[in-house]
Amino acid sequence: MARIELDLAHAYRANPQQDSDYALLPLKMTFDDGGAYALLGPSGCGKTTLLNIMSGLVTPSQGSVRFDGKDVTGFTPQQRNIAQVFQFPVIYDTMTVAENLAFPLRNRKMPADQIKQRVGVIAEMLEMSGQLNQRASNLAADAKQKISLGRGLVRPDVSAVLFDEPLTVIDPHLKWQLRRKLKQIHHELKLTLIYVTHDQVEALTFADQVVVMTRGRAVQVGSAADLFERPSHTFVGHFIGSPGMNFLPGSMTAAGFHTAGATVAAPAGRDLSDGDYKLGVRPEYVSLADANAEGALPMEVSQVQDVGTHVILSARRESVTLKARLSANTHLPAVGDSVWLRVMGEHTCFYKNEEIVA
Amino acid sequence: MSTTTKPVNQKAWFLILPVLICVAFSAIVPLMVVVNYSVQDIISPERRVFVGTEWFAAIMRDEELHGALLRQITYSFAVLAVELPLGILLALAMPAQGWKSSAVLVIVSLSLLIPWNVVGTIWQIFGRTDIGLMGAALQGMGIEYSYTGNALHAWLTVLLMDVWHWTPLVALLGYAGLRSIPDAYYQAASIDGASKLDVFRYVQLPKMRGVLVIAVLLRFMDSFMIYTEPFVLTGGGPGNSTTFLSQFLTQKAVGQFDLGPAAAFSLIYFLIILLMCFILYNWMQRVGTQSKEAGHE
Amino acid sequence: MNKPKFQKRSLFMLAYIVFALLPIYWMVNMSFKTNNEILAGFTLFPDHFTWDNYHTILTDPAWYSGYINSLIYVAMNTVISITVALPAAYAFSRYSFLGDKHVFFWLLTNRMTPPAVFLLPFFQLYTSVGLMDTHIAVALVHLLFNVPLAVWILEGFMSGIPREIDETAYIDGYSFPRFFIRIYIPLIKAGVGVAAFFCFMFSWVELLLARTLTSVNAKPIAATMTRTVSASGMDWATLAAAGVLTIVPGAIVIWFVRNYIAKGFAMGRV
Repeated sequence: MARIELDLAHAYRANPQQDSDYALLPLKMTFDDGGAYALLGPSGCGKTTLLNIMSGLVTPSQGSVRFDGKDVTGFTPQQRNIAQVFQFPVIYDTMTVAENLAFPLRNRKMPADQIKQRVGVIAEMLEMSGQLNQRASNLAADAKQKISLGRGLVRPDVSAVLFDEPLTVIDPHLKWQLRRKLKQIHHELKLTLIYVTHDQVEALTFADQVVVMTRGRAVQVGSAADLFERPSHTFVGHFIGSPGMNFLPGSMTAAGFHTAGATVAAPAGRDLSDGDYKLGVRPEYVSLADANAEGALPMEVSQVQDVGTHVILSARRESVTLKARLSANTHLPAVGDSVWLRVMGEHTCFYKNEEIVA
Repeated sequence: MSTTTKPVNQKAWFLILPVLICVAFSAIVPLMVVVNYSVQDIISPERRVFVGTEWFAAIMRDEELHGALLRQITYSFAVLAVELPLGILLALAMPAQGWKSSAVLVIVSLSLLIPWNVVGTIWQIFGRTDIGLMGAALQGMGIEYSYTGNALHAWLTVLLMDVWHWTPLVALLGYAGLRSIPDAYYQAASIDGASKLDVFRYVQLPKMRGVLVIAVLLRFMDSFMIYTEPFVLTGGGPGNSTTFLSQFLTQKAVGQFDLGPAAAFSLIYFLIILLMCFILYNWMQRVGTQSKEAGHE
Repeated sequence: MNKPKFQKRSLFMLAYIVFALLPIYWMVNMSFKTNNEILAGFTLFPDHFTWDNYHTILTDPAWYSGYINSLIYVAMNTVISITVALPAAYAFSRYSFLGDKHVFFWLLTNRMTPPAVFLLPFFQLYTSVGLMDTHIAVALVHLLFNVPLAVWILEGFMSGIPREIDETAYIDGYSFPRFFIRIYIPLIKAGVGVAAFFCFMFSWVELLLARTLTSVNAKPIAATMTRTVSASGMDWATLAAAGVLTIVPGAIVIWFVRNYIAKGFAMGRV
């Protein structure tokens, strides 16, 4: 179990001149001992690179990695004592489950009875005690991933467990089981866990803190609530949530916020000078309002989607589209109707140059 | 390796149909012809007498055949014993990427591309003490060497020629197999603290098993049927010390037999190879997997 | 990642390269000599360097047409073999069906007889359908031993890919042909490269059947090379030159498939 501190950047070439030369733009991050973190972002954002830098499979072109204060930048994964679980199960085909789990310990010359005991404990935790003597290669993908994980956990002093999209090849109906298992293990062993994924549901359910990344940048680190309520970057607002945050470009003047050809009164208590902003509001916080209500915009309904548990209403005005998430019970307008949608409220955020300002 | 049970799908037959047509058309009809001839005495195109298993019995009793068969079996096993480990070592030694890998790949494959009669010819000259590099070198070192006069020398030369010619087949298969192993396996092994021997034993060798099965079967079959190269190099001599089964068959067929016995011999030949391959194949399958659900890998 | 034992491995590699190249070097050496010089004595390098042998081959239509003919039917055969083997190998690898194990093994049995056995039947067959002395005839005949080989090699590589990938692709909305071509085949690149090279190679060097089924129009190079014995004895020099030239197309083929063989299995997203 270790506290990991990162202060680094990683470039594709020797002399990086501009942002696009970097796989990872300069960042500074700390992962607390025993915390569960997720690195979330779309393909190509650099999350796997970051994971590999932490595990030691990749050396950053500049900067350092510290485990519990010690500089491990030049250390191999073995020397850092980390465990890594890959996208597809990596097991030793010719060995049984028990032999697979025992392998790292045998290489450390641990006494045989201690190995057996430790393997038993971990197998129990993974609910694989009954399969210990089966050949590992005959098992299903989810069992194999558990073995991969087990090989990492079996070392009592493992510093951190790193996951690189480990549920990719798992059957959808087994994914939630494995996720639950991971949370259980985290709760029991209190290890530092770092989980890379492009699936926000996985990230938000697994981790205490999520690092949202895009194009080599870590744009926000926070809990699920933080990311939801106050995305510090429009990318986060857009990426998190289903559907993502609404963004209404407009400008603030003394009269209020002008957007979509209408004007809305500025919210109280926010320090916003005049100028161009993007108004961000989540569909969950957009509600139907009476005509000319405060903080509401007139729009025309373009689509009504019934998703079962709720309804997604899309409305347009001029070149702006707004989505609202409404409960299924409300009286729903039809396509083509005019509605008023409240966008201004305490959950509304304002962005300038994609970054949050209010 | 996909070891979860494979779904049953009879429509898969459509996928293999093209293969079946190609091969059956090339194989079944000729085979039927051969079987037909093997049970007849074909005195002339018009006069044929059904003789049943007479040819088969006669062949089995033939002492010269036993000799040739023994020589052949010894040869094939010697070939496997040398080429398999050497090929695997070569596959491990070949660079994985960069310009070096391309260069090595081409150099290693060269010997496979030479027509077999030319291979025999090259070694025929190569081994001569007057005009051949190897022969002259050996003589220069004071070693008495003659592949035409000395049976052991002839054997070793033929073996060396085969090793030179065919080891790259094992190596190429092994190399392709190695390149198919995802990096993650090496990374995981490194994280687990595995030694290089461990990596070979637990990661590389198991993952190469599929291609090695093919290599073993191919080399066994081809060495068991070998004809051109030793024939060109030694002509089967000195005496009959390097006369292997194929040459024996040809000698008999051209010299003494007619179509009937030759066809019978061909069938026996085929059945011997079939039996050995069947045994080898099943043994290799079992060594690798102990699963009850057999399936081919 | 495995840090290679630099010295041992490279030393062994170097030793093998020398071993592999020595006889070839000797053949190249001979190809630049005259017959007299070859038989007269032992020289590491031609005393009288001559291009004559190559000149003979490259200008004599009987010789260079042999190369072209061989290339044609070998190319045909390789393409057909691989095309036909891919779906079959996929079926064997992914599905279980009636008689699958038996058919799979039966395929290989087609390589277990010396082709000489099939000589007469093939001769009769192709004469009767009027395909004697054509490239396609030889290409089809060579399918006998190349198709099983291709199926076995490809199946071996396909079984190394977890089936979950196929299913993920279905979920992602790929139609089967598109999945096969754009996702699956790149994953088994090494297998395709090796299989293609071996089909090329075995067809290229096959002499007996090719010679029997052809006479003039499609006569392969290997057959032409057997006629280098004349009244004055073996024409070593020309044979050596021809031998060198037979290596060239194969070397080119392997150059082209090197990336397929060397790349291997690469899966994963960032």
